[in-house]
Amino acid sequence: MALILTEEQEMLKESARGFLDEKAPVAALRKLRDERSEDGFSRELWKDMADMGWAGILVDEEHGGSGFGFVGAGVLAEEMGRTLSASPFLSTSVLAATALKKFASDAMKGEYLPKISTGDILMAVAVDEGRKHAPAQTAMAAEKSGNGFKLSGSKSFVADGHVADKLIVAARTAGAPGEEAGLTLFLVDRKAKGVEVERTIMVDSRNAARLDFDGVDVTGDDVIGEVDNGFAALEGVLSAGRAGLAAEMSGSAQAAFEMTTGYLKERKQFGQVIGAFQALQHRAAHLYCEIELMKSATLKALQELDNAFGMAGVTCSLAKAKAGEVAKLAALEAVQMHGGIGMTDEYDIGLYLKRIRVAQEMFGDTAYHADRLARMRGY
Amino acid sequence: MSDLEAFRKETRAWLETNCPPEMRDGAGGEENICWGGRNWTFQSDAQKAWLDLMAQKGWTVPAWPKEYGGGGLSKDEVKILKVEMRKLKCRSPLESFGIWMLGPALLKYGTHEQKAHFLPPIARGEIRWCQGYSEPNAGSDLASLQCKCEDKGDHWLVNGQKIWTSYADASDWIFVLVRTDSKAKKHDGISFILVDMSSPGVSTKPIKLISGKSPFCETFFDDVKVPKEHSSGVSAVVGTLNRGWDVAKYLLTHEREMIGGGGGGLLGGRGIGEMAVQQIGVDENGRLADPILRGKVAQAEIDGWAFLLTMERMKDEAKAGAGQNAGMGAKSSMLKYYGTEFNKRRFELFMDCGGSESLEWEGERTEDGKLARGWLRTKANSIEGGTSEVQLNIISKRILGLPDA
Repeated sequence: MALILTEEQEMLKESARGFLDEKAPVAALRKLRDERSEDGFSRELWKDMADMGWAGILVDEEHGGSGFGFVGAGVLAEEMGRTLSASPFLSTSVLAATALKKFASDAMKGEYLPKISTGDILMAVAVDEGRKHAPAQTAMAAEKSGNGFKLSGSKSFVADGHVADKLIVAARTAGAPGEEAGLTLFLVDRKAKGVEVERTIMVDSRNAARLDFDGVDVTGDDVIGEVDNGFAALEGVLSAGRAGLAAEMSGSAQAAFEMTTGYLKERKQFGQVIGAFQALQHRAAHLYCEIELMKSATLKALQELDNAFGMAGVTCSLAKAKAGEVAKLAALEAVQMHGGIGMTDEYDIGLYLKRIRVAQEMFGDTAYHADRLARMRGY
Repeated sequence: MSDLEAFRKETRAWLETNCPPEMRDGAGGEENICWGGRNWTFQSDAQKAWLDLMAQKGWTVPAWPKEYGGGGLSKDEVKILKVEMRKLKCRSPLESFGIWMLGPALLKYGTHEQKAHFLPPIARGEIRWCQGYSEPNAGSDLASLQCKCEDKGDHWLVNGQKIWTSYADASDWIFVLVRTDSKAKKHDGISFILVDMSSPGVSTKPIKLISGKSPFCETFFDDVKVPKEHSSGVSAVVGTLNRGWDVAKYLLTHEREMIGGGGGGLLGGRGIGEMAVQQIGVDENGRLADPILRGKVAQAEIDGWAFLLTMERMKDEAKAGAGQNAGMGAKSSMLKYYGTEFNKRRFELFMDCGGSESLEWEGERTEDGKLARGWLRTKANSIEGGTSEVQLNIISKRILGLPDA
């Protein structure tokens, strides 16, 4: 398969760019932040996105989705990354949709996938508990109780956790923290008794939450995938999330880079545009190369998710590792090359720096994925 | 069965029947290459037989037109041939600057007569070519070259010196960039000319490198007479007189893709991680015993892999006619820059893994310091074919549109 977008995917990209430039430019994020929006995104905008088939981008047509697959989802994530568009796309349409589509029972699919497609339900995936991403370290307890389980513990860094109607939660039905075996994924109502949600205001002004579970009742019907064997499903969901974040970072990095080269061509010092200085040219040219590598790794990961989902973990780690590192470089270079103006709140570049830092951390930073790849490669 | 599938089957059968067993060891090292040419001594009968059989099929240059000694294969067919050769571990029958560089230049800029005269001997491995580009005072600033070529009516008179001419001492002919108009602007007075190395006045002198090897020479031209036509209708100048820079630029792009690609291509062999495990060992958790080196190796493998994917994407984009914004020309500078810098980084890690053993220079245990010599060789990667800094200049100007100082 050629490592390029198909015509259909190119068209999706073009229409997404047009829509986002008009409806969700960076100013929209700034507005959400300055108005201290309760939701952290615009429900009206999300409805429009759903109407265009974006909310159900991964959902097959029989469940009301547009069935574009992961490359399509990545195209949208990249374009959203360009304008730093805030929406429940990653949490609901990538993470939750992947969990349900790939691992849930037919009944669960029938109930929720159509609602995801129409934008009528929001979901969040809760994995991390500590400062750093470490899914196998999951400690949250799911203790047997009658026919079901009782969930107790806490989760952090849950994107859209405070607005989600349903939470997909990784909990331990067996084994001890550090073990991959013994994990199970549960679908939990956010308003269920014993669930407490604290919205955490983050540096990027995007949604995140801490969740506390105190003896929350769930049944066997709420399980996604298999009891005790949830790690593989969790990895699948995380792979999709990592590729989605890589695509988003790719878009953000490209936008930041374009702003930077634009600035280099217009800002004058010492009687000439600063882009004529070789010290800056070479840094920009090096960054250009790194961005191309990031784009290649990201597209490959997305294609693998479409073509061989179960085998895609390794390329998704590659993409997340590379994108995290390159997007960070793009953000840092952008601020430095903009000079003083890059430090001002008024100028957009700081918003890119902030969002990239968060996306870089989510679901494993470059060090996490480099370590993971090293283990997979036998060292 | 599709035509391509039929072709694959036929190709495989032909290779199985015709490729001598000695040529099926997958050996790709520089010492196993068959370069051909008048002075070539075949390393074995099998090497000669393999070259002759492949040349008869036109498969030493499978993509070239049949009338010029090629195989006339489509891109897809060439790909199949390569894959099938790799599967059977067939050695490449012939490599040369004629195949890599002059052939593509003649196919694009040559006349029919030039192609018919020069290409078939390249395809058959009868004539070995070398490249005369750099001069002592024209390195990164190649267009300032001074090698003089004067019009003397029935012949050209060439005087000057070239440097870094790969294997000039073993080559039969040379393609040279010469100055045919000293009054024009520096890019406008250059021509691309073909010279027989046995002409009186041509001499070569090998340059010993830090690796101890001498793949490069200095080449001198002292009153060398080059006929205007090497044979009836076969002009010595390729392309338009004084427009040799166009040909040179086209070939440099080719060369960059090759050097960049080489860095990545090697990655297909032994991985850095594999080498590290073998030489450093792992701890009780199966992790490389040196944690800091482990991190560096993992980062390098990530970059190497992402680079390979980028080469793949560039090829696919070129094939699909996409990426017109910048043109593959300038993008080859990215491949050249990143690939060569990566290759240097890779060999630094190999040296780190090998420790003191990698520093041995002579002796059987290390095949006379094969790794150390290879490591030293990579230092030239980011100099030859345009330095990394020149590539970054090209990217800045041609892709990013940044202005001149």
